[in-house]
Amino acid sequence: MLNPDSVGRTFKGAETITVSQSQINSFASVLGETNTDVAPPTFSIRITLDQMQKILSGSEVNLDWSRLVHGDQRFEIKRPIKAGDSLTCSSTIESYRVAAGNEIVTVRGDLFSASELVVSTWSTLVVRA
Amino acid sequence: MVDFGGARMIEVGAALPERVFEIDRGLLVAYANASGDQNPIHQNEEFALSVGLPNVIAHGMLTMALVGKYVTDWAGGSASVKEFGARFVKPVIVPAGQKVDLTVSATVSEIEGDRISLTISATSAGVKVLGMAKVVVIK
Repeated sequence: MLNPDSVGRTFKGAETITVSQSQINSFASVLGETNTDVAPPTFSIRITLDQMQKILSGSEVNLDWSRLVHGDQRFEIKRPIKAGDSLTCSSTIESYRVAAGNEIVTVRGDLFSASELVVSTWSTLVVRA
Repeated sequence: MVDFGGARMIEVGAALPERVFEIDRGLLVAYANASGDQNPIHQNEEFALSVGLPNVIAHGMLTMALVGKYVTDWAGGSASVKEFGARFVKPVIVPAGQKVDLTVSATVSEIEGDRISLTISATSAGVKVLGMAKVVVIK
């Protein structure tokens, strides 16, 4: 079970992730996108999901990542991600409830380049009973 | 009203042309590598069945990424998307050795200045896979 004290809290990711052109190219290539000047709109999931997993499955939050289902996803994109961006991710546990034994948690992820907010994401994650 | 490539004007209620993407196991592996999401339910049939799924399923985020491609091809490139949200209501089921469809269409639902909201329909094998799917683009 998720630690109830973590709801409403923001956890800062410890890492700075520098986006490479080859990461953008490989993501774009799966979609058949040939223009790789900027990343495709959902590219940020590559960074946020990994950062969220590290934060949420840690002992402070204690979400069971092994039984996780992605319920919904939303992005607000302030500007597209480009190669060379060095991004940090903070994760905020916005809501948490238990329904029929399933844990339903909504996590906001904010990606920053220094102090500039680049993308905000909201992920609803369901831990199946 | 905004210019719709000369031929038609964009107005609320206008429908974008439908497009069909093909998804197979190879694409799931490619997306897993590109996204870093190596959850075995997207690659390993035995594992998928063991956790109660009907077969290997596509990453919900792959479905979203392909919808993103559909929208950005229409709107003028990857930088055009400002907001994008969807609920994963049913999985895209990808049996071995088969290509399954992701059929995408959209309707203009709101125009506010240069911001155009699109309501998205996404189905696979006739089943709706995304709910409440909406994209806001600047075109």
